[in-house]
Amino acid sequence: MPRRAPQGTQAVQRALGLLRSFTPEAPEHRLSELAAAHGLHPSTAHRLLGVLEAEGLIGRSPDSQAYRWMPGAPGAGDAAPSPRYNGLRPLEPLRTPFHRRTAALCESGAWRDWSGYTCVETYEPTPEREYWAVRNAAGLIDVSPLFKYEITGADAVRLLDRMMTRDFSKSQTGRVMYTSWCNEDGHLLQDGNVQRLARERFLVSAAEPCLRWFEDCGWGMDVEVRDVSEEIGVLALQGPRARAVAEAATTGLDFGAMRYFDLAAGEVGSGAGGAPVTVTRTGYTGDLGYEFWVAAEHAEALWDALVEAGRDHGLLPAGLLALDMVRVEAGLVLIDVDYVSASHAEIEVLKATPAEAGLGFTVKLDKQADFVGRRALVLERDRGPAWAMVGLEVDWFELERLWSEIDLRPQVVGQPASRKPTPVFAPGGWQVGQCTSRFFSPLLKKYVGLATVHADAAALGTELDVEVAVGYGRRRARARVVRRPFFNPARKTAVDPMPGVDE
Amino acid sequence: MTDAIVVGAGHNGLVAAAYLARAGLDVVVLESSPEIGGATRSQEAFPGFRFSVFSYLVSLLRPEVIHELDLVRHGLLLVPTASTLNPLPGGDCLFREADPQRTYRHIARHSRRDAEALFEYKLEMRRMGHLMYRLQRAAPDELAAAIGDRVAESAEHLDVEVSAEVADIARYFLDLPAERLRGFVQMLTMSSADFLGQWFESDVLKAALSSSSIIGSMLSPRTPGSAYVLLHHYMGEVDGVYREWGFQKGGTGAVAATIARAAQSHGAEIRTHSPVARVLVSDRRAAGVVLANGDELRAGVVMSSAAPQISLGRLLDPEDVPGGAGAGLVERAARWQSGGCAGKVNLAISGLPRFECMPEPGPHLSGGITIAPGLDYVDRAYDDAKYGGFSERPFIDMIIPSVLDPDMAPPGKHVLSCFVQYAPYELAAGSWDEGQREAFGDAVVRTLAEYAPGIEDQILHRQVLVPPDIEAIAGIPGGNIFHGELRLSQLFLLRPDPAAAAFRTPLPGYYLCGSSTQFGGGISGGPARLAALRVLDDLRTADTAGGGSAEAP
Ligand SMILES: Cc1cc2nc3c(=O)[nH]c(=O)nc-3n(C[C@H](O)[C@H](O)[C@H](O)COP(=O)(O)OP(=O)(O)OC[C@H]3O[C@@H](n4cnc5c(N)ncnc54)[C@H](O)[C@@H]3O)c2cc1C
Repeated sequence: MPRRAPQGTQAVQRALGLLRSFTPEAPEHRLSELAAAHGLHPSTAHRLLGVLEAEGLIGRSPDSQAYRWMPGAPGAGDAAPSPRYNGLRPLEPLRTPFHRRTAALCESGAWRDWSGYTCVETYEPTPEREYWAVRNAAGLIDVSPLFKYEITGADAVRLLDRMMTRDFSKSQTGRVMYTSWCNEDGHLLQDGNVQRLARERFLVSAAEPCLRWFEDCGWGMDVEVRDVSEEIGVLALQGPRARAVAEAATTGLDFGAMRYFDLAAGEVGSGAGGAPVTVTRTGYTGDLGYEFWVAAEHAEALWDALVEAGRDHGLLPAGLLALDMVRVEAGLVLIDVDYVSASHAEIEVLKATPAEAGLGFTVKLDKQADFVGRRALVLERDRGPAWAMVGLEVDWFELERLWSEIDLRPQVVGQPASRKPTPVFAPGGWQVGQCTSRFFSPLLKKYVGLATVHADAAALGTELDVEVAVGYGRRRARARVVRRPFFNPARKTAVDPMPGVDE
Repeated sequence: MTDAIVVGAGHNGLVAAAYLARAGLDVVVLESSPEIGGATRSQEAFPGFRFSVFSYLVSLLRPEVIHELDLVRHGLLLVPTASTLNPLPGGDCLFREADPQRTYRHIARHSRRDAEALFEYKLEMRRMGHLMYRLQRAAPDELAAAIGDRVAESAEHLDVEVSAEVADIARYFLDLPAERLRGFVQMLTMSSADFLGQWFESDVLKAALSSSSIIGSMLSPRTPGSAYVLLHHYMGEVDGVYREWGFQKGGTGAVAATIARAAQSHGAEIRTHSPVARVLVSDRRAAGVVLANGDELRAGVVMSSAAPQISLGRLLDPEDVPGGAGAGLVERAARWQSGGCAGKVNLAISGLPRFECMPEPGPHLSGGITIAPGLDYVDRAYDDAKYGGFSERPFIDMIIPSVLDPDMAPPGKHVLSCFVQYAPYELAAGSWDEGQREAFGDAVVRTLAEYAPGIEDQILHRQVLVPPDIEAIAGIPGGNIFHGELRLSQLFLLRPDPAAAAFRTPLPGYYLCGSSTQFGGGISGGPARLAALRVLDDLRTADTAGGGSAEAP
């Protein structure tokens, strides 16, 4: 419903609207023009502008014929991201609560849209250092654009158990569960993490909006679903030094006792009285790491504490390109890249069941509660999934062979992970699937990719051909089906992880 | 010797002529008015200001027509209109942009559930549009036969010969999942408000989406049947993307000009100032036409793109129609529902309008802007017309052509195209005289000023057109923009008449090819293409049968 201003606040709104008209781009305005632009009677506009002037928020042009922008005046349009829109309108590009910090560090100017938020793609012109920070020291990644839903009420467990493929009767307070959720046909809608914050309070994080689905599944239950996406900022601290940095940046948390997928509450900063923060031992990198969930108003304090603590540990802020590289190494699938959500797929063949998307391990067919999609998934179990998500690996010599055809050394380094699907063939034969994420891992020194292939081409060790670009040409590289994750250090899940493990 | 005559040089008449000429026929197009284009004409109404007089956006134009007639080479240039702004009272708005993320955020302000539902809704509507696309590509009689027969499970004993393509469509249709068929039936029968109510909770979004369900129709979003009109508009596509709209450089008149050039490049002749009085019959088949001035022009094939009241009424002498079918045909044509409901107000303005919700220039000005702030609002606008008045606070669908194409107005100045509902063909009190026209124009400007204060002072010139003007200028009786309401009673096998639903009429050699046939109205070229292909097919059949000229069975 359109929000109507209560009586009396209208003048404040109007004054703010007028104030926002003054920007560096449009510093001067005449009374008549402002009145027309804001739909105000000139005498009303005159009165409001008079107050703004008296308060030192705007000035007069030298000939005093017009009102003028005052640089630095609080509230003036210089802080408004776009002069194009009325400041009261919701059309500014969305910023995460860490934006002021990330923007100050983004030397490359490379931004990318993520769920409507402007996010850093790489801080430096190339993502290499950020990538290596995650694998070798620690990387700090702003993942706030995730959608977050708080599920509360006596039936919270019941709702989750009905929607989700995992068994929520087994969920424990202080633990996080990674799960899939499907439509009635057993086709995957999304995958995401569910934190159990209290007996009757959960937080679901998801890549795409799903409030409506959750509410509809909870029809008639004693449960409330609330979209808290914009209220919570999220930072992922990932890499072998993550524990050391996390420990130095927070108070009241026992990182030694925190197991993989545990969750705990503490405070930001080294002394008592810092902002409350929830920490989960989770991440999208396949490495040792933690994610920090903080109220938006305390986001900058959290960022500052982590950056400060990370100074001696080689911490770097890392952008989305580095994140995409490490998540492929970790063999983690990405919605709408490696599988198409059933809520987006226009035709049936694009849809996937959890098993087909490599998420079969999240489906608990024998759990007590009936869940959405179960019937179809039982049938699939009996029949066997038609497709399988596999890891593909192309070794170095194969790359050398391909590039030697055009008299070059392999040209594979320095390219971010590609999300463009490319065909996968039976050796020398027909297409059997597609490779949806791939890149040359400088850590593993292999070309690795995630691919969906016919179930009968999915056995470990199967040889397949994958199309690669060699110069201007397209060649088939011989690949092997290998175990995922491609990279799986012991520190990721180690109890009481210490620096040096796996390093 | 002329092989074929096409009555009417609206875009459909021109498409039909182009297809026939392309196949090697000697074609003459006869247009009564001094200009071609019909409802798609553009005009420099005031010096320096070009108006797309009636129709304003292109989406329904069939890709087959674009490519087969090579329209890009002949001047087709569609600039996308990527967004839709619905200004709301109090400086609020609903904005839908090309970027789905931003659209999500805009709608989430009104309802988060709806913001999510919109994407599923669009997906489902694209599927529906695709279904319609498959259905509309086939001639209706063949399709009905194929489907009917499949249902009867006697595919081997078809009475009507069907092409492989039609059989394929029939199979496609019958193999649809149950929920899609259910949706299709809902679309044919429900009101758009009820249909949208199944998806959405916020009134502003429902009202915004319902706009396409009333365009050109004397329906409220709450009238059963309006959901079909919604679907009709989802059939449109630009380059395979359903539901995209584009603005033709120079206005929609340039679409007609483009098709005319394509037709002429194949040798078709186009004569304006040539009203046709009736179809000439000899030997119980069409043999040409008689012009209003008494001239006769002979040809073995006559196609008419005019509305049924003309094509099946005025142009036909019931006595001439074989089998005594004439009287019924003419009588039914007179009862064809095609009252106008929409007016057009074209404004020349001194600068860009400043919408209270988004006062500064921006991408919102290059998209559609619709005044439909709530379902009640639109329903009330309809109520005015139901009782024979024009809407005091009308529904307005607006674009600013000069933002999309600077050639439309002098630099710095603009033209504003307002498609306005509702304006009935006949007023209950008085008639559409100058005073009523101006009062209607004033209501539009007054309504605009509620959302774009100051616009009344920016207006330099104003052109107000109401259904009788559409009738007089574009030659559409009643002024209905689609040549007849798009409702179940006038669709598929009933469009425009059970005896003339497949482009053929009971008079051999005489065909229909305008908006009142399969595919319906809008700038699509779809009916004319199918009709022309039907003519060519009949000519071939007659040839092999030793005839030599068109012989309908
Ligand atoms: C105000 C308005 C806005 C519209 N907006 C849009 C829009 O934005 N997008 C869209 O896709 N569609 C729109 N439409 C609909 C679309 O313009 C029409 O459906 C389409 O142009 C009709 O084309 P047609 O060739 O079938 O018929 P017409 O364009 O009506 O052409 C028929 C021609 O036949 C001529 N004729 C009639 N009788 C005779 C005779 N006896 N002898 C000789 N010639 C004769 C007429 O003069 C006319 O030129 C709009 C229509 C109107 C009126």
